[in-house]
Amino acid sequence: MTLDAIMLSRLQWAWVIAWHILLPAFTVGLASYIAVLEGLHFFSGREIWFRISSFWTRIFAVSFGMGVASGIIMPFQFGTNWSRFTDATADVLSPMMAYEGLMAFFLESTFLGVLLFGRRLIPTWAHFFAAVMVAFGTLLSSFWILSTNSWMQTPQGYKIVDGRFEPVDWLAIVFNPSFPYRLLHNVTAFYITTAFVVMGVGAWLLRRGRAVEDSRMMIRMALGLLIILVPLQIFLGDEHGLNTLEYQPAKLAAIEGVYTTAQPAPLTLFGIPDDQAATMHYPVEIPYLGSLILTHSWGGAIKGLKEWPENERPPVALPFFAFRIMVGIGFIMLFVAIVGVILLLRRRLWDTGWFLGLCPWVAPLGFIAVIAGWITTEVGRQPWTVYGLMRTAESVSPSLTATDVTLSLALYIIVYLVMFPTGIAFMATLVRRGPQQQDLEATRVESGLPKRPFENAARTASDS
Amino acid sequence: MVLDLVPIWTLLLGLAVFHYVVFDGFDLGVGMLYGFAPNDSDRSIVMNSIAPIWDGNETWLVFGGLGLLAAFPLAFAIIIPAVYFPILVMLLGLVFRGVAFQFRFKHSGLQQFWDRAFAGGSAVATFGQGVVLGTFIQGFKVEGRHFTGSSFDWMTPFALLTAVALMFGYGLLGAGWLILKTEGELQDWARRAARVCLAAVLIAILAVSLWTPLSNADVARRWFSSPNIFFLSPVPIITALLAACEWYALTHRHELTPFLAAIGLFLMSFIGIAISLWPMIVPFHYSLWEAASSESTQAFLLIGTLLLLPIILTYSAWSYWVFRGKVRGDVGYR
Repeated sequence: MTLDAIMLSRLQWAWVIAWHILLPAFTVGLASYIAVLEGLHFFSGREIWFRISSFWTRIFAVSFGMGVASGIIMPFQFGTNWSRFTDATADVLSPMMAYEGLMAFFLESTFLGVLLFGRRLIPTWAHFFAAVMVAFGTLLSSFWILSTNSWMQTPQGYKIVDGRFEPVDWLAIVFNPSFPYRLLHNVTAFYITTAFVVMGVGAWLLRRGRAVEDSRMMIRMALGLLIILVPLQIFLGDEHGLNTLEYQPAKLAAIEGVYTTAQPAPLTLFGIPDDQAATMHYPVEIPYLGSLILTHSWGGAIKGLKEWPENERPPVALPFFAFRIMVGIGFIMLFVAIVGVILLLRRRLWDTGWFLGLCPWVAPLGFIAVIAGWITTEVGRQPWTVYGLMRTAESVSPSLTATDVTLSLALYIIVYLVMFPTGIAFMATLVRRGPQQQDLEATRVESGLPKRPFENAARTASDS
Repeated sequence: MVLDLVPIWTLLLGLAVFHYVVFDGFDLGVGMLYGFAPNDSDRSIVMNSIAPIWDGNETWLVFGGLGLLAAFPLAFAIIIPAVYFPILVMLLGLVFRGVAFQFRFKHSGLQQFWDRAFAGGSAVATFGQGVVLGTFIQGFKVEGRHFTGSSFDWMTPFALLTAVALMFGYGLLGAGWLILKTEGELQDWARRAARVCLAAVLIAILAVSLWTPLSNADVARRWFSSPNIFFLSPVPIITALLAACEWYALTHRHELTPFLAAIGLFLMSFIGIAISLWPMIVPFHYSLWEAASSESTQAFLLIGTLLLLPIILTYSAWSYWVFRGKVRGDVGYR
């Protein structure tokens, strides 16, 4: 690996997007959760929904602010570091990104202001409407950006004129073959990630005897969602994998760690991949299972990486291990969700200390799974930016030197290492503060709202 | 060709960029003035005057960037790498300033740091945009479809001039906004700040207006040849009238006029630059038509844009309406 402008640009892209993706992974789910809570509050008028909603809205504000800040950086990366990719693909991809801005970013950012500051200024229904619009915006954003990403994975609906992609069929471009799977798989992952955080926070508060009613409600809601979504996600992941087998067989071979075509193929649970020798060292395999999972038959063949020329093979180690981490987390999540629901149905959940103690520990798992899944799909696409058509090495801006990118990458690293820990620490402060009774009173008394609510949040936290 | 969409996209993109410059311009200006605000309670009011709406304003930057990418991708692919570092510092400035809205709270021991980050981030972001503007006016080194200069080509006295000019310009817009949204001593302070900014802006407009034609014969010919000079003379005349109007409003306790006149000054500068460079989108290599994306691309996006922009403008206006009137210290960020 030489650290030239290409490699450094890839590292910079990985760095800025890996941090950024953590935020939508949380805010997409949380925006929908807040919209549900605001709706329950509006229709039932019960205070508990208001308290939970206000609590999570404060946390949402911080995470969304960080999401916007790190998100504005992303579209400009296409120009600064990947101008040749941009020049070649813009006719096809740019309207989709522009639609994300038009449909999603304006909706989110404008209604977020109303959601955060408008509670005392507008009627409850309008506030609920603002929450729905923010949630709707986050989903539209997922739609367009994942469609864009999917087209890079499974391009169609284009023609190539003088080395540039030109649109032929917009429906085919937007709804390209991997898009429906990727969209469902991602949005489900985001909802699951948020539900585990909500459950973890609820359990943490409950163990300390804080906001008991609210915390129990959070855990109940999270478990109710997880018991449906986690099994669904495992099914969706399998479908997504079959789609990859069909359209990106080299990526699939890397994920499975298959160098030599096998029929029937075993499932490699673990091993040490060696791209140079094109072999898997110390493989732990289950015979037939690879064929069974991927081709849904006992004797199906799986193409090995050696079928491709060496310069068209993705590196194996990253997708291979990242995929195993993602799947492993998926099964841990399934276990936690099933145990939690059984305890809940037997009315023993609130007395089962070990389970409540476990919940905060599994709360971050969704983020790790999202990052692992993203590494699997993006590294598995290599060495292409547009799968099979445009190479990553031919995508970078020609004017950049290694020094330029080293400098910019260093600055991004420094800034993110200041911003993200601060933001996470701040959200932890808000979690420790817990849902507050005075939120409601503050909105009832006309002039009673504290001068700067964050001030009080910090003070309460430092007092306790 | 059924219908040439390039003029429509030029107009739309022009409006989007101008909208961004005015709206994020005033809240970046407010951010810079924040660093000079007399005391802590004033700072709260200054920040609260933009807290609910800055995020929507900044979204126009994303739309402007993506609109350029979609309608004139060649321009995006040449210009953005050429201003690699100005864009980088602009983005990092926006990051700091964006998170400072949330991170600035008392008793964390870091309030001073985030106060500075908010003002400094706003200043750095504006500086970056000003350098981009100056570099754009001066043009780029291009071969074929690529920028071939170095990532430090932007370091010119002219780009530094436009950068400082834009800082004062946004400061003027920000001060105009604060005059509109505040009362009493804080408003008086904003008026004083606006007068300083106005003086600097007028010097800068004059400097750029002389420098550009002197360094570029085509620009000089565009403005000073006959009969252009007669058709274009309203541009400097209206600018001068607006400047006088701004000064009068600042010294005579008008509340809305300073903000509007500042927008007017920006509009005239914007028109002035457009006249100098027309029809180039990559000065002085590619025209709008040469850099345009395919007809299908422009049409596909235009349909949605014409449908969505009125809706966006409506709910943006609604959010401004919700937060209308003078800012109160007690409605803070939550």
